[in-house]
Amino acid sequence: MAWTTLWRALRRGHATEPAAPLDEDLTQALAARLHRASIAKLGRSLTIRQVDPGSCNGCELEIAMLGSVVYDLERFGLRFAASPRYADVLLVTGPVTRNMEDALLRTWRATPDPKFVIAVGDCAIDGGVFKGSPALLGGVDAALPVDAIIRGCPPSPTAILDVLCALIEAHAPDRPAAR
Amino acid sequence: MTVRALLQAAPALPCHPVPRRLLSGAAWAEFAAALATDPSLDLRALWADPTHVHALLVDPADGSLHLASVAVESGLYTALSPARPAAAWFERMIRDLWGHTAADGLDLRPWLDHGAWTASPPLAARPSPNVAAPDLKEFLPVEGADLHRILVGPVHAGIIEPGHFHFTCDGETVVRLEIRLGYLHKGTLGLLRGKSPRTAARFAARLSGDSTVAHSIAFARAAEAACQATIPPRATALRAVMAELERLANHLGDIGAIVNDAAFPLLQSRFVWQREAVLRASDAAFGHRLMMDLVIPGGVASDITPDGAGIILSVLEGLEAEWPRLLASHAGSASLQDRTRTTGHLDPQLAARFAPGGVIGRASGRNQDCRLHPGYPPYDGMTLGAITRQDGDVEARIQVRMAEVMASIALLRQLLATLPELAPNAVLAERLQGVTAEGIGWAEGFRGDIWHWLRIEGGLIAHAFLCDPSWRQWPLLEAAVIGNIVADFPLCNKSFNCSYSGVDL
Repeated sequence: MAWTTLWRALRRGHATEPAAPLDEDLTQALAARLHRASIAKLGRSLTIRQVDPGSCNGCELEIAMLGSVVYDLERFGLRFAASPRYADVLLVTGPVTRNMEDALLRTWRATPDPKFVIAVGDCAIDGGVFKGSPALLGGVDAALPVDAIIRGCPPSPTAILDVLCALIEAHAPDRPAAR
Repeated sequence: MTVRALLQAAPALPCHPVPRRLLSGAAWAEFAAALATDPSLDLRALWADPTHVHALLVDPADGSLHLASVAVESGLYTALSPARPAAAWFERMIRDLWGHTAADGLDLRPWLDHGAWTASPPLAARPSPNVAAPDLKEFLPVEGADLHRILVGPVHAGIIEPGHFHFTCDGETVVRLEIRLGYLHKGTLGLLRGKSPRTAARFAARLSGDSTVAHSIAFARAAEAACQATIPPRATALRAVMAELERLANHLGDIGAIVNDAAFPLLQSRFVWQREAVLRASDAAFGHRLMMDLVIPGGVASDITPDGAGIILSVLEGLEAEWPRLLASHAGSASLQDRTRTTGHLDPQLAARFAPGGVIGRASGRNQDCRLHPGYPPYDGMTLGAITRQDGDVEARIQVRMAEVMASIALLRQLLATLPELAPNAVLAERLQGVTAEGIGWAEGFRGDIWHWLRIEGGLIAHAFLCDPSWRQWPLLEAAVIGNIVADFPLCNKSFNCSYSGVDL
């Protein structure tokens, strides 16, 4: 039975028709729609890895609040990653201690390019009140190239969120606003 | 001789509010031996200056303080760690910062010195260029065919401070945890030297950011004790308002973090929402969400805002209204209780040997709260009791925090209802002009008892030690986690919530 069916099918030739010629206009219109939708929905996203190479923990407290129900940073396309290997942004707090230099550099090297480094808080900017201590390298820029800074001791969750949203918008000037 | 008799027999050096007893080398050795057989005094802190080693002992029964010192001879002093194992971490720190070695100490491995400093020991009279890098790979040996190791950190997966956790496991069960800290060493004690207490206060405020108010209070009280200044009653009351707000915010955040690690984010979101409300009320009342730099030697940096008390009271009302639902949700979830009960058990007898303060001590039966013993204003005139549990597990530590949230609300209402009249701060600079003086101050932070010691010479800080409660708590986390599965470590760790920056100095 099966052999007969197979024989007939082979004699009849392909049942599948060749693809119809493309409607170029329609295809272009669909491609443009898809591009807009993907930029709006997927292009507005940054994955963040927080690193503390010397903070007093004040900045961590405020950064941690970003994930809370009050600030809910994920609605802006921002999320925290457990590993630098998935991160676009390193959010670095505190001065850089000599004891953390190696771990900070390793974390930076583990972050794929392109990557942004944001120095969060007065200590991360130039060492803050700890400036000049022989136990420190200095601010974050003593160890890494810094792309943006957020002032404050510690900066409020709102201030941190503002800069993160601005970072998304700065790199997508033609994209619709997130908020 | 007993510990007390040895201290009584030694000459008293001026320090306020208690004298510092200078023991001879032989008397200190006797003192070290007597500590092994006399459990009636807790060792709360051990530190040094370029020539001496100092110990703080507290009688847990009445909170009376005793300070003991010994001169370091040829770089050596008799170790206290054989009698009091909690001394081991302090002894490692003393060797790294001042270069004094604890003879016959339990553990002589480096601690804060990771071999990265330019000069070492940094607080010694004459530091030398750092040449020999200490071997960080030196962990305690483990034996057994089926054991494996899990190495975590210093960069952790969450938004927390850095530290290295070295687990040895038998299958899923942890058989040993060794913690390696020091990554956050900022040289804070060195930065304090040569500054006036007013200038140096900002370093105390940043020893551990979550305890900025409590550390600032202990620091200010040490400076005020040194020059025997009294501050206006309103400043005392406002400090306590800030301290209780800080306690509330941290306890709410901690309870939320623990239940979140048991996969209960719904409940966490409510605790964190309430934490945010407290932070906003603190901002509205004092102009800073964490209330940093607002407690200063001599008083407070600014008064409470005109509508501050009203905003705080309305937040307390909201928290109190939701509280029964939060408690019911916590107690009624069998899967949550399954994770928190019996987990991370801290044996009360072991706790007694390390004398941990705060929630960790009180959840293992220790009736210690330095707002009560030795006490300090304004708490000495208020209704307050130490909240204890006997179980010593993660659940007990949650329950102590929950009870303390309610206690802090009651204290805040009392304080805000009876705020004394506005009065100017005490001016310490005048009293300190060219003066040599010593003082010790304390405060109960959300983690426990904080002790700050200052030696002032010529009006400026010559030597200082800022002791976070975590010194005597971290080693107990190593013990409490043994026998638990690796997946329960986050619960154990969050329920302890020790400070990294606070002990990295």
